[in-house]
Amino acid sequence: MTSQTSTAYEKYHVPPKSRLAICATTGLMLSVYGAASIMNDMTFGDPGVSTNSWSIFLCGLFFFLATLFAWFRTAIRENLAGLNSAQLKHSYVLGMFWFIFSEVMFFLAFFGALFYVRNLVGPWLAGEGEGGRMNGLLWQGFEFSWPMMQTPQEAVGGAAAQPLANNGTFAGPQTSLSFAQAHAWWAWLPLWNTVVLLSSSFTCHLAHMGILDGDRRKFNLWLAVTVLLGMLFLCLQAFEYHEAYTHFGLTLNSGIYGSTFFMLTGFHGFHVFMGMTMLLIQLLRSVLGGQFTASDHFGFEASSWYWHFVDVVWVFLFLFVYIL
Amino acid sequence: MGDYHHGPAKGLSRWLFTTNHKDIGTMYLWFSFAMFILGGSFAMVIRAELFEPGMQLVDPAFFNQMTTLHGLVMVFGAIMPSFVGLANWLIPMMIGAPDMALPRMNNWSFWILPPTFLVLASTLFMEGGAPAFGWTFYAPLSTTYAPPSVTFFIFSIHVLGLSSIMGSINIIATVMNMRAPGMTYMKMPLFVWTWLITAFLLVAVMPVLAGAVTMMLMDIHFGTSFFSAAGGGDPVLFQHVFWFFGHPEVYIIILPAFGVISQVIPAFSRKPLFGYASMVYATASIAFLSFIVWAHHMFTVGMPVAGELFFMYATMLIAVPTGVKVFNWVTTMWRGALTFETPMLFAIGFLILFTIGGFTGLMLAIAPADFQYHDSYFVVAHFHYVMVAGAVFSMSAGIYFWLPKWCGRMYNEAMGKTHFWISFIGFNLAFFPQHFVGLAGMPRRIPDYALQFADFNMMSSIGAFIYGASQILFLYNVIATIVAGKPVSDEKVWDGAEGLEWTLPTPAPYHTFETPPLVK
Repeated sequence: MTSQTSTAYEKYHVPPKSRLAICATTGLMLSVYGAASIMNDMTFGDPGVSTNSWSIFLCGLFFFLATLFAWFRTAIRENLAGLNSAQLKHSYVLGMFWFIFSEVMFFLAFFGALFYVRNLVGPWLAGEGEGGRMNGLLWQGFEFSWPMMQTPQEAVGGAAAQPLANNGTFAGPQTSLSFAQAHAWWAWLPLWNTVVLLSSSFTCHLAHMGILDGDRRKFNLWLAVTVLLGMLFLCLQAFEYHEAYTHFGLTLNSGIYGSTFFMLTGFHGFHVFMGMTMLLIQLLRSVLGGQFTASDHFGFEASSWYWHFVDVVWVFLFLFVYIL
Repeated sequence: MGDYHHGPAKGLSRWLFTTNHKDIGTMYLWFSFAMFILGGSFAMVIRAELFEPGMQLVDPAFFNQMTTLHGLVMVFGAIMPSFVGLANWLIPMMIGAPDMALPRMNNWSFWILPPTFLVLASTLFMEGGAPAFGWTFYAPLSTTYAPPSVTFFIFSIHVLGLSSIMGSINIIATVMNMRAPGMTYMKMPLFVWTWLITAFLLVAVMPVLAGAVTMMLMDIHFGTSFFSAAGGGDPVLFQHVFWFFGHPEVYIIILPAFGVISQVIPAFSRKPLFGYASMVYATASIAFLSFIVWAHHMFTVGMPVAGELFFMYATMLIAVPTGVKVFNWVTTMWRGALTFETPMLFAIGFLILFTIGGFTGLMLAIAPADFQYHDSYFVVAHFHYVMVAGAVFSMSAGIYFWLPKWCGRMYNEAMGKTHFWISFIGFNLAFFPQHFVGLAGMPRRIPDYALQFADFNMMSSIGAFIYGASQILFLYNVIATIVAGKPVSDEKVWDGAEGLEWTLPTPAPYHTFETPPLVK
């Protein structure tokens, strides 16, 4: 191997030293420490003693978000100043792609838990197969069905009746949110959520077409519609959660059905919120700052990939959590 | 921005605000060494208690906290960050890049580590004590029966995962996007290859670990029942999710070690690596297989027979690509002009001891035999052969190999060789007898044991103290080299070393390859 200088090389901008990382660390650590303290106060703490956990958490969170704002502003300004070579831009593309991949794996853990519980654990608890031998000793009378309307604990007569596995109270829901329990398809909320989210993916694509054509009006319009659809989805989901808690008796404590339902849809909802916020920021950048051109709009593109990813996750959720 | 092109800033701000891959690599390496000492001191407590039967020094609850923190600190604080440090230093220099692809994020990946370990260590002083459920934190020990400090443990794992994911994304982006013209994938040094694949594994499984601890968090504080059969969940679910992370994790630890060995052995054999392409494919095969073998950690948990068989055969399959690697290393040395400087000694030590660890792994893979070995000291012996003699020995080899390039000074060879021999003897004295006590039935994670295990345990403790003490010599040698080692100015340092990093001046300047070299 010999070393030689190539001629037509566009310099890769290595940023000068920066306070961003240390500020982000401070904010993150404070908010995480605060969050852990809040939860410990809640579960293990003495209700009579007041702590400053919430202040630590909120200070940390504010500082963290402010740092993120400064960080993205720096990155955007570097790009506007023409510091980013084509090669550097590709680093951002790779970064976003692999970040989304890691998010996919996060959801996979929860989907994996759902499949494992539905297909293996449930039948075993009800006494089927090789895993079912403990049924007679622990959960006699438990019958497995999905959605799990009666938890094993209820089947044996409540927490007090089963001292061997008494680590909480888990009462099954009165009504599930699955399609089988819906009284009419047009009144079934998850279906409308699906319609809203799928159309938002489409409008997001229209916005992308707009910026590629250099048509800012079209871009702004469809991006705004996308953000509004995202908000609508979140409102519908908030309504759904409210219904689940107040009318269906479906809560986080409703045994494994409630656990998987709320964790999967909840994390998805949180990701919708993130994606919507990202798109909203891109909209403000375009409307207020006149940023993005037909050839340079990665901030929007990355957000739109995230949005499509969130949409695909919903399709799987709709299929495996609500329908099947 | 003025001084940035010339060299590093002065004072603390150089380290706090840096975007330079060499600075960040140095911080990772020093931090991981500090964690190695911390985790090692926990191990010394464990071995001191086990020096003879009966309860002498610590109570059982504290003993459990020591085994837990020893594992967590060594895996997440010592071994993983040390290889990230090597990656930071070397990958840009090996592929002809000016820096890592995303330098500011690189600094962030590092700086969230020290405060996280501060939080993790501070759990020792919290009410109820530190986590005491083992580094594998099985539910319900880690949920229903956990001390309150578990919440801080959970969030620490989240943040460590964040650090690893960002670090890995950076490495992937660097390798995919920053290679110099002509540096095709199949020309990359093997260390870069193994790190690319490791980074992929990290991005794939760290989120799964985050999922596992999130389920724990929800079970503890918000009444879900993922790991509670009373609500229709299953404690075994935890083990599945954990080991889906955990098995790739052990390859995350060992693959970069393979990369280091694949650089060191050719240099001191003065021959190119034998079977380069097969090394790449073997690494990729190991990575693929690591996703479908996780339940071999759970043979005794009560899986269906079909599951036992599948995971048994899939696990044994890993011996094939690993065998390819060992064969290639040995064949690289075959008829080479061998010399035995310290890095080569550590590499050969790695080769022999890691192979022993691999074979005990194969024994553990046999499901019916594992019913005897499971949770015994045999398992402890096995994974210390691959973690210490595998990862840590290769790390030592790497440090001795590249240190002269980094700081332009030569380490003391006699002291290096002494470090190797004391380590080698101490390590084997510590862990070889554990095979015997394990096969004879001594369980792991206990502070007291039956009398018939006394002799071997005493040997084991003496070996562990020797190994621990030899690291002080290592520390001294490294510091002495940096401060007052004999200056080296030869680019290659080692006459058999090949690769772009050896074309740079010695010591490597603060900024390298600002315009990429052309690789033919």
